[in-house]
Amino acid sequence: MNIRLLFNIALTLLRARIRQSVVAAAGVTFGIAMFIALVSFMTGLNKMLDNLILNRTPHIRLYNEIKPSHNQPVELSSKNHNHQNFIHSIKPKDEGKEIYNSQKIIRAIKEDERVIDVAPKITTPVFFNTGTIEIAGIINGINVPVEEKLFSLSDNVTEGKIADLAIISNSIIIGKGIADKMMVNPGDVIQVTTAQGEQAKLKVTGIIQFGIAEIDDTQSYASLETVQKLQGKPASYITDIQVKLKDLKMAPATAKEYARLFEVDATDIQTANSQFETGSNVRSTISYSVGVTLLIVAGFGIYNILNMLIYEKMDSIAILKATGFSGKDVKLIFIFLSMIIGIAGGILGLILGYGLSLIISHIPFETQALPTIKTYPVNFNMIYYVIGITFALITTYIAGLFPARKASKVDPVIIIRGK
Amino acid sequence: MSEKVLEAIAINKYFFDPVKFQVLSDITFSIEKGTFVSIVGKSGCGKSTLLYILSTMDTDYEGQLFIDNQSLYNKTNAELSQVRNEKIGFVFQFHYLIEEFNVLRNVMLPGMKLGKFSEQEIEHRAIRHLETLGIQDQALKHPNQLSGGQKQRVAIARALINDPLIIMGDEPTGNLDKKNSDLVFDIFKELCQEKKQTLLVVTHDPDFSQRTDRIIEMQDGKILV
Repeated sequence: MNIRLLFNIALTLLRARIRQSVVAAAGVTFGIAMFIALVSFMTGLNKMLDNLILNRTPHIRLYNEIKPSHNQPVELSSKNHNHQNFIHSIKPKDEGKEIYNSQKIIRAIKEDERVIDVAPKITTPVFFNTGTIEIAGIINGINVPVEEKLFSLSDNVTEGKIADLAIISNSIIIGKGIADKMMVNPGDVIQVTTAQGEQAKLKVTGIIQFGIAEIDDTQSYASLETVQKLQGKPASYITDIQVKLKDLKMAPATAKEYARLFEVDATDIQTANSQFETGSNVRSTISYSVGVTLLIVAGFGIYNILNMLIYEKMDSIAILKATGFSGKDVKLIFIFLSMIIGIAGGILGLILGYGLSLIISHIPFETQALPTIKTYPVNFNMIYYVIGITFALITTYIAGLFPARKASKVDPVIIIRGK
Repeated sequence: MSEKVLEAIAINKYFFDPVKFQVLSDITFSIEKGTFVSIVGKSGCGKSTLLYILSTMDTDYEGQLFIDNQSLYNKTNAELSQVRNEKIGFVFQFHYLIEEFNVLRNVMLPGMKLGKFSEQEIEHRAIRHLETLGIQDQALKHPNQLSGGQKQRVAIARALINDPLIIMGDEPTGNLDKKNSDLVFDIFKELCQEKKQTLLVVTHDPDFSQRTDRIIEMQDGKILV
């Protein structure tokens, strides 16, 4: 009853000053709308840029590096134990790039709870033959469904379908750069020569484009089986194991663990692409601080208007107190006032912010890097709306609190006697 | 001897700005139920200061104050608000109505704050008081559409809404012409006689004070016997 009465008084005072109240609410509306539009757009962009690099990179990559053996014969002799041994002229053994026992490793990693999925891969250098010219390139042998699940390759396939790789035998999706040079289209058959000198004919089922010339000029994709056949290797032959983790931050530690456990080399995404995380952090920090600044400015607007209102309504406050409203009641009235402005402005701000985001998401945006994206990316995440309204309510509450405390301390005697 | 509505014992009050100055010294008196008391005295004799202490709005004093046989010593501000709301009705020199509310809401406000009756009941009582004071037809107007005398009657209706133990007035006719002053006085007199309403009014209008039941005359912060 009491709260309702105080709320009604606040509403009545607000109606009496409707113009200022609308201006104050508009400040909040604008602040929240800009905050939401800005953060949604920024995080949308961030996500896209992350997708560009991070999602395409495995969190952990297991492989065999070509290097001299760790255990050199000279060290086996106890005579040389306490000496510094220099080794010359001993070359790496031809162990190949194959990961031994790959099927077991894959199964073991798949059972790890931290892992989303594991994608086996073969990379092999080849020559694409066109006329009398040989163009150096790389064929990636992939397990199509898993690769698609982890790295959404289809985002970059401009012509044809990635799924065809698994269905059509001896098929290949080639980079846009190579396709242009060889003047091939999907459906054409090309000839490749492997490093071992084997020749094979492959059918082009699609074109892939990453927007990075260096990659588009060399990379191509085929199924695991096709590449194994091409190289004359058994079905267990794999050169890379790519792992995606549920938590990206676990990558360095997990990579080390796997390297020790499976006796292979392992790199993690942080080491490979450290600069990208920094970039996205900086971008989100900037957008958050601009948004928060807007809301704080709106808060000052509310503070000003409430302060003015209190000076104007000194008489009313005094009379309320003289007739039995306590300081607490008066304080509540002014906090209600501020919160009504905050909530009304905030809800409008959410709507306006959503509208702005919607408009941004329809602005055309063509990029070579992501052929499937046609408009600006916007992240429509509920969380930004929740943050926006929460922050607006906190700001308006604080902006209302100081004037409200001042009002609650108004001494009715001074006002009444003053006349 | 009838019951005491208000009792003040040895009230002293000082102003400290710019120098220490005793405004009230040793004020001791009491008011019985149903009497119409006026406090008179020259400007600056401390009569308004005394009224604000008696009305619980000013708590910076020495001495004892009882309203309805309850000591007000050491009560919190919230408790004093409660006392003002429930037991004291105010009429000031200026009407002090809240501009944003219409007449009826202005009268109802203290009642709504007390929350003893339902909203409908309070509205009903407010209309009855306005009828008694002859301004029921103004109920839905805003205060700025009323004349000075009408506003003061609205203020009286507001003072009455919670059936207060005592009505306090600070120069309630100070801002009114002769006709309206008489009207307000007659209303007070009627309340006193018919409803046994206790009234305490500060005034320097001799016409007004001479017609009350009891006059307390003050000079230099003391009560003259």
